[in-house]
Amino acid sequence: MRALLVPYLGVFRARFNLLLQYRAAALAGFGTQCWWGAIKIMVFAAFFRSAGATPMTLRQAVDYVWLGQAFLTLLPWSVDPEIARMVRTGDVAYERLRPLDTYAFWYARAVARRTATPLLRAVPMIVTAGIVLPLLGLPQWSLSAPAGLAAGALFFLSMILVIALSSAISTLMDIITVATLSDRGVNTLIGPLIIVFSGSLIPLPLFQDWLQPALRVQPFAGLLDIPFRIYGGHLADADALGGLARQAIWVGVLILLGRLFMGRTMAKLQAQGG
Amino acid sequence: MDAFRLYARYVGVSLRGQMQYPGAFIATSVGAFASTVTDFVAIWALFARFRQVEGWRFEEIALFYGVISVAFALADGLTRGFDVFGEQFVKTGDFDRLLVRPRSTVLQLMGYELRATRIGRLGQGVLAWAIGARLSGIDWTWSAWGTLLFAVAGGVALFSGILVLQATLAFWTVESLEIANTLTYGGVEAAQYPLDLYARWFRNFLIFVVPLGCVSYFPVAAVLGHGDRTGVPEWIASLAPALGFAFLGLALVAWRFGVRKYTSTGS
Repeated sequence: MRALLVPYLGVFRARFNLLLQYRAAALAGFGTQCWWGAIKIMVFAAFFRSAGATPMTLRQAVDYVWLGQAFLTLLPWSVDPEIARMVRTGDVAYERLRPLDTYAFWYARAVARRTATPLLRAVPMIVTAGIVLPLLGLPQWSLSAPAGLAAGALFFLSMILVIALSSAISTLMDIITVATLSDRGVNTLIGPLIIVFSGSLIPLPLFQDWLQPALRVQPFAGLLDIPFRIYGGHLADADALGGLARQAIWVGVLILLGRLFMGRTMAKLQAQGG
Repeated sequence: MDAFRLYARYVGVSLRGQMQYPGAFIATSVGAFASTVTDFVAIWALFARFRQVEGWRFEEIALFYGVISVAFALADGLTRGFDVFGEQFVKTGDFDRLLVRPRSTVLQLMGYELRATRIGRLGQGVLAWAIGARLSGIDWTWSAWGTLLFAVAGGVALFSGILVLQATLAFWTVESLEIANTLTYGGVEAAQYPLDLYARWFRNFLIFVVPLGCVSYFPVAAVLGHGDRTGVPEWIASLAPALGFAFLGLALVAWRFGVRKYTSTGS
């Protein structure tokens, strides 16, 4: 078993170390994210001030925004540029020569990509929003602690499922790139989809009530909305477990779909270049 | 006059170049439309839920959003040369070639590329503007049009000024700093809502330091008949966008200073 896992762990470690190199980019991104978070929170605060009953508390919405800024790069924003290059040059054919399961190999690459940079970026954001802001005398704007011990534990589990789900979507995007011979279409389409349907734009509970059933069952909710609502106690007990289940089901479905699609795509693979 | 003719040629060449790949042009423009229209979706969803925000209604926010989006789309399309200045000109040493030509560096950089795909962003800005204008039932007098068009012009100048400053910094930092995005994209994000929603320090920053409020908040609120909420008399509100030009002027002074200090990275 261990020997079987070695190549996948190898590619994970190599990618992880590579991605940690981009520190300057992370710093610039950090500044941008603080600014963005501040604007969003002020806007939400104004809306909440003007309304009577709200589907979630301002406290929960503020936490939701800061967590969203902290874990921004955890979402599958783009096709793995290395795989896009392989498709462009035809090197993707070599992937078929490796004595490895290509899906698992690419999935491991995706997991590395969705853990190295995001973790680097999440820490300063959480420290700033959670510790520095209260010290500056802005506790109402800061990131608060999870709604309870159980919420914290379930949030942690949910975030692991986020990585699994994000990587499954990433890998599916890689395979679509192989099938369509270009990463451009996927990269253009996925951004708006994620922004609107994950809750990155506005927390999903703030959308109109008649939209809620549809928003609940779609896969992007598992990228952001479910864990962040668990964190703030908006999804608790049975609801929280239901959220985790929906995440897990989507991970399973998307991996299955990815494998199926990869089999069909690779069977009639046309390598470009020469 | 000669400079204008030359600029028109730059634009012509750039557009012809981009139209060589009509498919890619259409796809990128549609993509730009889709990815920017999400901001408007957020506004729609928030108003569908909350009805109003501190007395402002959906159609009024749509007009704020439309004006600032149109201004940024135009500026973003016109100033590509400044946007990529660090990577494309300083790092490669290509700026040396601009310096030996008998034309101003600003003209050459403006002519570097006219990004036609920004029509996607422009389109959704115009759409939001039209929705806001129609629903809010403004009396479209000449003076209302004049105020808003001057606001857009001031906004284009202001955003261009920010990009010129970003390029100026690249003389020292070599790489373009992503941090300017907080003022461009982040500026659009902030100015799509009336400034009275924000904390005082933030509002003052957006009026006196980077005068985004002057190019959209004051004039648009005046046109909407809500001049009382800004606390500024109407004649000041309609002249306020001039500060955008002042900002651009200061940015160009800084640019000139940067050009004088420039030392080539060599090749």
